[in-house]
Amino acid sequence: MNDLIEIRWHGRGGQGAKTAAMLLADVAFSIGKQVQGFPEYGPERMGAPITAYNRISDRELRVHSNIYHPDYVAVVDETLLHDVDVTSGLSVDGGILINTDKNKDELIPLLRGYQGNVYTIDARKISEEALGKYFPNMPMLAAMVKITGVMDEERFFKEMQTSLEHKFAKKPEVLEGNMKALRMAFKEVQ
Amino acid sequence: MAIKERMSGNEAVAYAIMQINPDVMPAFPITPSTELPQFVSNYVANGKIDTEFIPVESEHSSMSAAIGASAAGARTLTATSSCGLAYMWEMLYVAASDRLPIALALVNRGLTGPLNINCEHSDSMGARDSGWIQIYAENNQEAYDNFVMAYRIAEHKDVMLPIMACMDGFITSHAVMNITLLEDDVVKDFVGEYKPEHFLLNKEEVMAIGPYGVSNYCMEAKRAQAQAMMNAKQVILDVAEEFEKISGRKYGLFEEYRLEDADYAIVAIGSACGTAKDAVDKLRDKGIKAGLLKIRVFRPFPAKELAEALKSCKAIAIMDRAESYSANGGPLAAELGAALFKYKNQAEVLNLMYGLSGRDITVEDFEKVYEDLADAAVNGVKEDAEYRYIGIRE
Amino acid sequence: MLEDKFKTENIDETVKWQDLTPGLQIYEKGSSRLFNTGEWRVNTPVLDFEKCKQCLLCVPYCPDSSIPVKDGRRLDFDYDHCKGCGICVNVCPFNAITMKEGK
Repeated sequence: MNDLIEIRWHGRGGQGAKTAAMLLADVAFSIGKQVQGFPEYGPERMGAPITAYNRISDRELRVHSNIYHPDYVAVVDETLLHDVDVTSGLSVDGGILINTDKNKDELIPLLRGYQGNVYTIDARKISEEALGKYFPNMPMLAAMVKITGVMDEERFFKEMQTSLEHKFAKKPEVLEGNMKALRMAFKEVQ
Repeated sequence: MAIKERMSGNEAVAYAIMQINPDVMPAFPITPSTELPQFVSNYVANGKIDTEFIPVESEHSSMSAAIGASAAGARTLTATSSCGLAYMWEMLYVAASDRLPIALALVNRGLTGPLNINCEHSDSMGARDSGWIQIYAENNQEAYDNFVMAYRIAEHKDVMLPIMACMDGFITSHAVMNITLLEDDVVKDFVGEYKPEHFLLNKEEVMAIGPYGVSNYCMEAKRAQAQAMMNAKQVILDVAEEFEKISGRKYGLFEEYRLEDADYAIVAIGSACGTAKDAVDKLRDKGIKAGLLKIRVFRPFPAKELAEALKSCKAIAIMDRAESYSANGGPLAAELGAALFKYKNQAEVLNLMYGLSGRDITVEDFEKVYEDLADAAVNGVKEDAEYRYIGIRE
Repeated sequence: MLEDKFKTENIDETVKWQDLTPGLQIYEKGSSRLFNTGEWRVNTPVLDFEKCKQCLLCVPYCPDSSIPVKDGRRLDFDYDHCKGCGICVNVCPFNAITMKEGK
């Protein structure tokens, strides 16, 4: 892992891009990393494009600006590809993760010439299968952990198990579905 | 054992409030400080603390209720931002002149308008002459630490003034970062119990508070209040020294970052200073003597100490995150500029307006400021370049 | 124990700022008695004890608590504090109070 990983999340208000960034900060914190997870607040409205950010490092994080040259970008809603320049400043050594049921080749023309890695995940399918509802956070989180390599698979599932057991202490039936969504996403991201 | 956690600035300050367990918190929610009354209400509802939480219908009322509670003898706090602070304005002066050690968690947000919810220091800067102590935080850790120290400063017998502990809206309040917390009993012991000398609910002593001050007495009262603010400087340092013993973290009236031998210095307040530190390191790697002075305490204003710390700099950029519409620069530049003149500092000075209404500022922006300072040190400052905006389309 | 210098009887216009109470707080009850507002009086109410029926209506009307009552009967005015507003003259149903010019 690099000394510093910078990630930018694109989503729409209400889809949980901010929550995904916070979850990633949480899980990276749990393995001893220095973390930042923060949203950029524009006109916060359901459906309006929003951005959230992560910095993950072994060093103390002092910078408080937004991220203009991310190593990775996550797109929670593929319709944003038409409206937002999601690959702006994105490192070609990193990559972009898109939540979609489409084939990569269909999306690449929308990426404004981005030459780096393109990863896709069908978070809707996974979420509906594992949880019975559409919550893209968990699949996106697992896919992001895998492509960035912030931690290994085994550690990730262990930390998530602990954290979700705590979070869903009163709703244990949800735990299994969430863990399933994470495992499926880890396997299916491509 | 210190506790390693990750928290947003609002969570961190709420956590400090929980550990202190103050007596009364009247509050009215406003972005981006809404989470503070929300989190405290949760702590109360869950039985973690027995603070009397008073939902009020406005900020004028929250400060009024805080004044009443504090006068009654209760350790009191409130929280607000932006227009909420503006709506307290009248009562801020009452709190200070009645010498009530109320704590206010201020999450800095610009005053309207145009209407905007993001970070700016115009709210607290507007209240800079209201008689409140003002301490600013760079990040969640400092926001937490400052709040733990707040009552010790405000309630000190030589001070007895209200205190505003400020952090940057969203940038600090909503960003989750690593933080080291103190244990509950360590905080409790450090803050101690509030034992006011005079208070309204004291059945042993009848008292009147906030009387009309006729001209023959009122000016003397103000002189005494000014003295309390002067006394606060030493008290802030003493409390910081004690705090270092329990936390290992060192605080002063300001922080000097690689400033000792710096030719070029930036002076700023709040979260932007963290970003500036990365710029300083990059320039130092290239052999450029860049340094940073981060203001922590703005009230009382440490004029002499600041001038001393900056005495060998060739060029200084004073960076304001608030307009004063004086047509002559921002509030920090006005005060620090005066201090530099008073103490015969010969450096070239720029006043740069940045980050208004949440405008982002990057490491690269700061690097450019240091470039401008290097140029100013050699060529002087052109009149139209002395007070200007950065990060703006023009 | 309240420091002597903070006792209202010891505070006057010669006291320095260092010796006043913070925020001009007052730590005793009834300290307003020490201020002789009667000095402000231009006209003076005078009670005719013959006409007074001791109905005591004037007492609650007096804005300066300057009509002392003892054992259910009003006494003469407290001229140290009466400002001479004349409200008592107006409310007395028996015309027992009249205003005299001057102190």
